[in-house]
Amino acid sequence: MPLLQPVADFSKQLELLYQQHSRQVLATLIRLLGDFDRAEDALQEAFSVALAQWPQSGTPESPVAWLISTGRFKAIDKMRRQRRFVADGDAMLAQFVDEQAEGFEMQQDSQLWSDDYLRLVFTCCHPALSIEAQLALTLREVCGLTTEQIARAFLQSTSTIAQRIVRAKQKIKAATIPYQVPASDQLAPRLQAVHKVIYLLFNEGYSADLIQPSADEALPKIDLAQQAIDMAKQLLALQFDTESCGLLALLLLQHARQAARFTTAGQLILLPEQDRSRWDQALIAEGVSKVETALSSGRIGPYSLQAAIAAIHNESPDSASTDWPQIHALYQLLYRVEPTPVVALNQLVAMSMCEGPAAALLQLPPLLQDATLAQYHLLYAVAADFHRQLGHHDEAIDFYRQALKLATSSADQQFLQQRLCALSEVKNAEHNAL
Amino acid sequence: MKYLCLVYSNEQLLHDSPQSPEDAECHAYAEQVAQSGRMLAAEALQGVATATTVRLRAGQVLISDGPFAETKEQLAGFYLIEARDLNEALQLAAGIPAARVGCVEVRPVRQLAV
Repeated sequence: MPLLQPVADFSKQLELLYQQHSRQVLATLIRLLGDFDRAEDALQEAFSVALAQWPQSGTPESPVAWLISTGRFKAIDKMRRQRRFVADGDAMLAQFVDEQAEGFEMQQDSQLWSDDYLRLVFTCCHPALSIEAQLALTLREVCGLTTEQIARAFLQSTSTIAQRIVRAKQKIKAATIPYQVPASDQLAPRLQAVHKVIYLLFNEGYSADLIQPSADEALPKIDLAQQAIDMAKQLLALQFDTESCGLLALLLLQHARQAARFTTAGQLILLPEQDRSRWDQALIAEGVSKVETALSSGRIGPYSLQAAIAAIHNESPDSASTDWPQIHALYQLLYRVEPTPVVALNQLVAMSMCEGPAAALLQLPPLLQDATLAQYHLLYAVAADFHRQLGHHDEAIDFYRQALKLATSSADQQFLQQRLCALSEVKNAEHNAL
Repeated sequence: MKYLCLVYSNEQLLHDSPQSPEDAECHAYAEQVAQSGRMLAAEALQGVATATTVRLRAGQVLISDGPFAETKEQLAGFYLIEARDLNEALQLAAGIPAARVGCVEVRPVRQLAV
């Protein structure tokens, strides 16, 4: 191995190594040491030993194996020093040292390592943890963000996030949530929980853009959307699953529109009005190929169907020439696998594009009665839009006002306000013409 | 007759008030009842922060963080089980027939520090 010099380059190289492999090292150390905190300390120790030793000794042949082995050794060393102060210190230590006596040697074992990564993912996304705890823990342990970065991404205080993570780890330990890839008969629902976390992270990144397009210039932006995409890719690479593939496709296809979603002033631009030349064609191609794989590979679920819908949008040159009948059909399929009022609302919008707003309006009343949608601003925005298209100005204004009351992001509020102003002008003009 | 004695308390009060029982005292009383031949089973539980609630609806197992807290429903029974880990405990809990209409709170047992 070549000696690593100069030092400046070396620390850059180590930083890269940290970015690429620290999660893997952590995932394996948690299994070996049986504890999140102990493994995190060991990870930090292993990297500081590397920083001190590698410039002289050269980079080891398998840096990951070296880091795992060094971290484990450091942790055992620490436990040995502390055993007098811990209640069951001796028993705990014996458990790890025995293994060592049996000639424990860290081999490069890629299968075992990828299982460790999945163990980490499934543990952080365990449904016995609250969804907020799952999100924070996943960003901390699986994505390797700092507590400060997570706090910034969620617009929360650092202490709130820190406490959330500490409590989650306490529950993992106290309730014995196992560090395991679920057995095959449990895998489907647990994988759904992981998908949900990834999708929420992505959406969190999406709405964070709405709230803080350039909130604080001094701090680098935490790109949760990209974190979610990276995690979806990693998950799919380790274990093929139709919905994991569909989810990745959906994220890529939505992310492809990122540059066209805002005006330079940070205002939201809806899909029909977006400048499609600004969509990222490389991401679209990648997303479309993932949709094709998902749709041809087995039981199709909600993410694959949503990705298929997104793909039709992304491949259409404009709103008018979009294949709305196919989108409508896909929403009907989606409603069959996921019969929620939100899907029903989307299906209605697709229907209005095929059969006109009058036909869609006839089917709106049951949704307006649905208690679960009562606080959903988009329901009223959709109702307003149907009425607007039909020239029912008063009804449209009423519904836009209701939507405005419920909208939480400033971009949504601005958009609704614009619609309201435009309608008032039209109404005044008509009034003056009479 | 068999009777189930359920211990309720504000968690803070249970451990931090001057009246709070020590583990040794709890253990001694349980021993006393056992020696009188009337003990079937007794355990202390870990705090509510360790609780997980399981429901079965339309054939789907629904798992959520936290204790069961619905004053309109009443305690209907209990299982004291031995499970390898929380996953196995949740699986067994989801199989309890009453989980279809009610819910089952799963809480780890705490070893008394004696």
